[in-house]
Amino acid sequence: MERRRHKHLVLILAREFASNLATPTLIADDQGTLVFYNEAAEGVIGRPFAEAGEMPLDEWTASFAPRTTDSEPLPPERRPTRIALDERRAAHERFRITSLDGIEREVAVTAFPLFAHADEFVGIVAIFWRE
Amino acid sequence: MRVTIWGCRGSVPTPGPDTVTYGGNTSCVEVALDGGAIVVLDAGTGIRELGLELLDRGVRRIHLCLTHLHLDHLEGLRFFAPLWDERAELDIWGPPSQQLSLQERIARAFSPPLFPVELTDVPAAVTFHDVPREAWTIDGASVAADFVVHPGPTVGYRIETGTASVAYIPDHEPALAGAIAGRSTDWISGSSLASGVDALVHDAQYFEDEYEERIGWGHSSVADAVAFTRAVGARRLVLFHHEPRHGDRLLEQLEDRARELSKEDGGAAPRLAHEGMVVELP
Repeated sequence: MERRRHKHLVLILAREFASNLATPTLIADDQGTLVFYNEAAEGVIGRPFAEAGEMPLDEWTASFAPRTTDSEPLPPERRPTRIALDERRAAHERFRITSLDGIEREVAVTAFPLFAHADEFVGIVAIFWRE
Repeated sequence: MRVTIWGCRGSVPTPGPDTVTYGGNTSCVEVALDGGAIVVLDAGTGIRELGLELLDRGVRRIHLCLTHLHLDHLEGLRFFAPLWDERAELDIWGPPSQQLSLQERIARAFSPPLFPVELTDVPAAVTFHDVPREAWTIDGASVAADFVVHPGPTVGYRIETGTASVAYIPDHEPALAGAIAGRSTDWISGSSLASGVDALVHDAQYFEDEYEERIGWGHSSVADAVAFTRAVGARRLVLFHHEPRHGDRLLEQLEDRARELSKEDGGAAPRLAHEGMVVELP
């Protein structure tokens, strides 16, 4: 029987780091699965992570109808999380979302990749800045 | 599988009348596999005595698995008799680093002003390996390494045959990543290594009040060692990496505390590691 592997140590430490931040922060793994967001992010997202649970990051992002400040749909290739996942580089963008509580918010998101080793990409961190 | 403790002291050797029962040598554990292969876990000062015995037994091929390169896990290597025997073959495994190879990092301990002989001049045939990300096989046993919470690149090991398993995580502070109790094992450092093992050799350096003063130093309280054991479902806990300031009597109080904390768990009562301790598995 194959043993179940726990999350990568870098993600475990990132989650604990995020848990202690007052800045809204989310973490996704190398497959693009949202694995955690902190209490501060609940205010932006509109519900606790315990209710939301793990899910594909793109699905989760789409649920907020992200759009440019001109109210045009924000294509995936301009989303900082997608850039950090696909291109494995840091990215920053300002855009509008509609939170799950129905409130429209303008946010800025900075996302960056996590490498455990130079050749070992383990996930991303995204930080929300309220505008 | 037979597991023998050759050194279980943490941080620094502590010879003297107060440490006679449990020993003062730093980390070294021998795992003798059913097929006859010898795996040595860490090269603290306990490895000196082990090396002499291995040569007496005629053992010439040795796998040495290092968890990390803090001195209390490496300082005995220079006095490991097989290293100075040209008939010996030594495979050394350890955590990779971004900056220097495992050989380059170990070579620092074999260079002036720390030591008079260069690593390249030792007579044994030594091969260095970064631990792979996936499990590998030694003499039919599966060996897995994974990074764990401790300052600097540090791994723990799991060795598993068809009938027995042991996890060795001597330097580990899983509570630094959040309280262990109630947390999914998905989010507990080292849990994959220790899940369901027959024996878990784990860091239990501090009493709870001592730990409060040393958070972030990379070691566990006895309460966290018990909580980790419970979380991963290990069948028995061997308390390891004894605090240098803890003499034999204090260590026995720590063992009492571990047993008190785990009395509802069932299974074998936690035991203090001591030099010469043998755990036969299964």
